[in-house]
Amino acid sequence: MARIRRRGMLKLAGGGAVAANVGGMAGILATGRAPAIAQTTTVHWLRWNDFVPASDQALRKDILPVAEKELGIKINMETINANELQPRITSAIQSGTGADLIMALNNYTYLYANSVVDLSAEAEELSNREGGLYPYARKITSDGKMFMGMPWAVIGGMVAYRKSWFDEVGATKFPATFDEYAQVGKKLKAKGHPIGQTLGHTFGDAPGFTYPLLWSFGGQETEADGKTVILNSKGTLESVKFMTSFWKDCCDEGGLAWDDTNNNRAFLSQTISATLNGASIYIESLRKPDQYQTDKGPLNKDILHGVLPAGPAGQYGFHLLQSHMLMKYSKNQAAARQFLKWIHTTSNYEKWFLTQKGFCTPCTANWEKHKLWDEDPVMAPYKVAAKLARAVGYEGPPTAKAAEVLSKYIITDMYAKAVQGMPAEDAVKWAEAECKKVYNG
Amino acid sequence: MAITATTDAIPAQRAPSRIRLLEDERWLAMALLFPTAVLLGLFIAYPFVQGVVLSLTDTRVGIDGNFVGLKNFAKIWNDSIFLTAVWNTVWYTAITTVFKLALGLWLALLLNRHFKGKAWIRAFILLPFIIPTVLSTFAWKWMFDPTFSVINWALFHLGFIKARINWLGDPDLAMFSIIVVNVWRAVPFFAISLLAGLQTISPELQEAAAIDGARPLQRFWYVTWPLLLPVTMVVVLFSVIQTFADFQLVYVMTGGGPANATHLFATYAYQIGIGTGLLSEGAAISLAMFPFLFLIVVVQLLYIRRVETR
Repeated sequence: MARIRRRGMLKLAGGGAVAANVGGMAGILATGRAPAIAQTTTVHWLRWNDFVPASDQALRKDILPVAEKELGIKINMETINANELQPRITSAIQSGTGADLIMALNNYTYLYANSVVDLSAEAEELSNREGGLYPYARKITSDGKMFMGMPWAVIGGMVAYRKSWFDEVGATKFPATFDEYAQVGKKLKAKGHPIGQTLGHTFGDAPGFTYPLLWSFGGQETEADGKTVILNSKGTLESVKFMTSFWKDCCDEGGLAWDDTNNNRAFLSQTISATLNGASIYIESLRKPDQYQTDKGPLNKDILHGVLPAGPAGQYGFHLLQSHMLMKYSKNQAAARQFLKWIHTTSNYEKWFLTQKGFCTPCTANWEKHKLWDEDPVMAPYKVAAKLARAVGYEGPPTAKAAEVLSKYIITDMYAKAVQGMPAEDAVKWAEAECKKVYNG
Repeated sequence: MAITATTDAIPAQRAPSRIRLLEDERWLAMALLFPTAVLLGLFIAYPFVQGVVLSLTDTRVGIDGNFVGLKNFAKIWNDSIFLTAVWNTVWYTAITTVFKLALGLWLALLLNRHFKGKAWIRAFILLPFIIPTVLSTFAWKWMFDPTFSVINWALFHLGFIKARINWLGDPDLAMFSIIVVNVWRAVPFFAISLLAGLQTISPELQEAAAIDGARPLQRFWYVTWPLLLPVTMVVVLFSVIQTFADFQLVYVMTGGGPANATHLFATYAYQIGIGTGLLSEGAAISLAMFPFLFLIVVVQLLYIRRVETR
């Protein structure tokens, strides 16, 4: 073993002094930080632009600087539009270079399973520590063999509705079933306050409504094997028939072209009475109470949230799940894992969670008890979003094939075609044929 | 004396062999073409060949594919959404090209006249073409917004409509809307290009025809149009290629909806290649454009050659 002599030690100290640029070992010790050479590890974290801008600001200004100080690694957080995530992931994987940690929406995890590393240790530790991962989060991020992503949060989709307008038509509480919802909606539309729902090609609100509608009438995409398509069923047909009349009698028919922002604008400008959405409408109305006013006062005092109603086969939700994938090509995997562990520490994660004000629901059960949910009863329904959620592809797993059906908008288009005039039977047959091409292709 | 001295000195300083090589026109042509050839090779030929190779495999994102022959092409041929996209693209290109040509020619003829502020108007006409497509398309998207459409608002207040028009929610109206935006955006390109063509036509020809008693319409049909035809064909050729491969406009306005009513080749290829990670299938959809475009280009180039050699 090589002996370190006094002169050699001095040389090393001198080298450290150059690196730290503060004057020898004493300088390094005085800064209380690791030498500069150890700080060169940078973790590139790619996320969406949060719908709650305060959360991104909190990460940049308050949370990440602490992480950098405690871990001695630099975190380069980049935020982009949610729709741009997939092109970035694809180019990163194909070129073998890019961000170390990338946010995945829904079951992107299955699409990119071959290009990510297993995060079982981190995910299971989180699950054990925080009362267990919800089955929905587990199903989306784990295929049973590995965790393809580290579950981050669920963006719940609930029906934001105008309390006073619902009261006017005799609905003093939010309808519990789709049939009741249709009866109320009919009266609302007759009064010039239709329900707003998109059936457009948009990733959030359209499938967020159509998949639960399908499930709540008993419709299923595949058998449990994830291969046998069974979409053309009595349940699916009933759901399509329901949607056709619901659309005509209750909805704003302009919704066929809406993207995920149109219903927010329509609700805030008071042209619709209810819409399935994240909490962003309510949060926006809280942020600008003077701008959004009704004839009786601030709009935010007249907004409540309801869980999407139940159908004959039950009550379900399809909520956007976010996870973080650690990319296989990353040269900073150890540092990225260290950072994931750090940010998922309950106290660190809580700082971010509080900025969301209920817009997101964490993926583990303990957070249901958090005091945030008691602060504003309007937000309370969101706390069970992850619990009620079901993954696409049901009854099969949310595989890459299910992701293909989702991204081709086959289920959403089945309803869109029917409301445009195609007989319900033909719309279901069309959708089943398209699904079979996907699953058998 | 000085001149004599200089001319005497030339044979003594013989040009280096490289320079002498470039005195040969064939070598000079090759040297001048080389940078362009490299650029075309890197950014056009290489991606194209890669696209062809990709389309013959079963490559997915992050998974190297195996050779599968024409399987991807067979698959898309049986895909009803793809067939809708093919029909939409052909229809979209044909209709927009006719309108772009007619309106562009009309505008070019007007701009070719002498009037006050001509230079300003010519500059302003180019605005739709200069503004980034995504920006102007967002503005149009708001104008066609199902709830807040300014067009509906204007039509309603002028008394033309009683109920709002669902511009982007109705399949036919959605197609009509994207056609309108495409025409709006490309008319300046047609107008300015055709105007350049019109300015190369000698006014003496028009005057001679007028003296012979030709009416304005006859002067246009028998003098202007034949001389403008080669330029028109090239402009149409460029436009057809661009419109056939259009992406941004539809992606921003409708995302291919409602119910695939406005999907084009490019938007569907993006949806499959990027949205579902089926890179080889996405490449096959993109390449399916090639035979259509190749046929159009060959027919038009043959026609241009025939017109030019008349």
